[in-house]
Amino acid sequence: MWRKRSIGSMAFDGFNYTFLTIFALITVLPFIHIVAVSLSSSQAYGAKEFILWPHGFTLDAYDYLFSTDTLTRSLLVTVFITVAGTLVNLLFTLTMAYSLAKKELLGRRSIMLLVIFSMLFSGGMIPTYLVVKELHLLDTYWALILPGAISAFNMIIIKNFFQQLPPGLEESAKIDGASDIAVLVRIVIPLSMPVIATFTLFYAVGHWNTFFNAIIYLNDADKRPIQVLLRQIVILSEQLGSGGEYDASALVSLSQSIKMAVIVAATLPILMVYPFLQKYFVKGILLGSIKG
Amino acid sequence: MIIYGNRAWWYIGSNRKRRRLLQTDMKPLVPSPDTPNAPRPRQMENKRNRMLRKVLKDRWLYILLLPGLLYFVVFKYFPMWGIVIAFQDYNPFLGFVDSPWVGWTHFERLFRDPDFFMLLRNTALIGLYKLVFFFPAPIIIALMLNEIRKQVFKRFVQTMVYIPHFMSWVVVVAITYVLFTTEGGVINEWIKAIGGEKINFLISSEWFRTMFIGQIIWKETGWGTILFLAALAGVDTEQYEAATIDGANRWQQTWHITFPAIRSTIIILLILRLGDFLDTGFEHVFLLLNPMNREVGEVFDTYVYAVGLAQGQYSYSTAVGLFKSVIGLALVLLANHAAKRAGQESLY
Repeated sequence: MWRKRSIGSMAFDGFNYTFLTIFALITVLPFIHIVAVSLSSSQAYGAKEFILWPHGFTLDAYDYLFSTDTLTRSLLVTVFITVAGTLVNLLFTLTMAYSLAKKELLGRRSIMLLVIFSMLFSGGMIPTYLVVKELHLLDTYWALILPGAISAFNMIIIKNFFQQLPPGLEESAKIDGASDIAVLVRIVIPLSMPVIATFTLFYAVGHWNTFFNAIIYLNDADKRPIQVLLRQIVILSEQLGSGGEYDASALVSLSQSIKMAVIVAATLPILMVYPFLQKYFVKGILLGSIKG
Repeated sequence: MIIYGNRAWWYIGSNRKRRRLLQTDMKPLVPSPDTPNAPRPRQMENKRNRMLRKVLKDRWLYILLLPGLLYFVVFKYFPMWGIVIAFQDYNPFLGFVDSPWVGWTHFERLFRDPDFFMLLRNTALIGLYKLVFFFPAPIIIALMLNEIRKQVFKRFVQTMVYIPHFMSWVVVVAITYVLFTTEGGVINEWIKAIGGEKINFLISSEWFRTMFIGQIIWKETGWGTILFLAALAGVDTEQYEAATIDGANRWQQTWHITFPAIRSTIIILLILRLGDFLDTGFEHVFLLLNPMNREVGEVFDTYVYAVGLAQGQYSYSTAVGLFKSVIGLALVLLANHAAKRAGQESLY
């Protein structure tokens, strides 16, 4: 397209490539550095340089972390919340989206109004807390799952998607005697797999990153998810319990590596599913911007 | 009156119609069996039966709807009803119903509280800084990415800059902590190496807003480019060829062809950002707050948490939250109205 390249045009490109390269590096290098330090021995790494490769490779920090079982427990809690929470999300969201996608359903408009108003106005933190308390959900995992069982925004987008499905398929299934539930499970859900995958990931990432609800609703230290533990270790600089053969002085010299290792543990699963995330999320956000 | 001109005419018109109707057909308001058009009791019975039959036919749909509906009622509308405690002296033992009513006392206390001005200033300043420094960032990056002809490079940059969006605020703040801490953080080691004095980025109140906005830019800029890139994908490439023939340089092309293509997207997003101006992001602020930077960092959300949950002043903190929610709602409705006027379909 650019047949004649003037000096100005080349300078334009040069600036562009340089700037974007720097920007991309700024976003990823801190994380690579953190992985590198988490794998470095405290003798070899003196915290003076921005290393991108482990100095004096060692797994000491991870050994220590997994020897205390605080981290293991937190990770298990988070995995449980992510799996159970996402299942609840899907169950609630898909059933509601499916029934609201039926234009002939009586009362549909009023329920939609109810949903939309809840996106504009909320009772706020304290009344919601009191409701969770009244339901005796405090200090249970349900407090992390139920108050966010449906994201109104996600539900409306899925509903709009269901409405765009060709009605013929459903009708013929109905004529063959299929019930609404059978139509949802056998026809609508299989046809909507890419969209459902997108929102499954949305919900799952949300649960993995859950922090605020855990701070508010959970007191029990044994139930804290990984993000809460991460805050305690890195931001509040609290010590984990003593574990195994590590004494206090070893912990002090290890402390920077340990903090970095916890960050890695809290992020790695997200990075592992990142290829899927990127593929589906970009679709999802564009889906959200088109309204039906 | 000028802005609402149309609506005013509509009211006048409908009043006139109503008056004419009242004058001409002075029919009884209660339908009597003699009036030919009024539904007869049997017809009404039929109608009710039809509705019932429809509901019965769709019974499985209603059963499927039930969990979702229950969710919205319990976790969205019960709390809205719970707002009444903002006008009470809520006592957990007496409950919502029996706690004594105190009217606007809590709001009066809020407006007289010296902290109120601080909260308003902090919330507004954070919103303003976000608008000025963060809002343009994705637009600039998207415009730059759009000029890249090497698709491999473009995709590489995109893959990299989307990553931080998926990290939690805890991870982002934790990364900042380990890099910027005065106790062995790389950044402060650098400052020391070039002969500077260590700066306590994490505690000091002077650095709070800079760090806060910097973290938002780091985490969300890449992700923010997606909408703009989608808008840019629709630009007709022939326009660039024509502009090249006319002798326009790259910068002129960007300014006169590319930028106008995303102008409407920018305006709509800007309006919507204004709508959630007060949403500072509870988690993010909460993670950065400490007693040293409270003066610049405390916002309405964190104040509600501190006063309500940490100190147990449920009624007062609900009033604070309600104040913020009502202003937030007004802003969103205004923004939505403005977005409609800007020629776009409304969001809700």
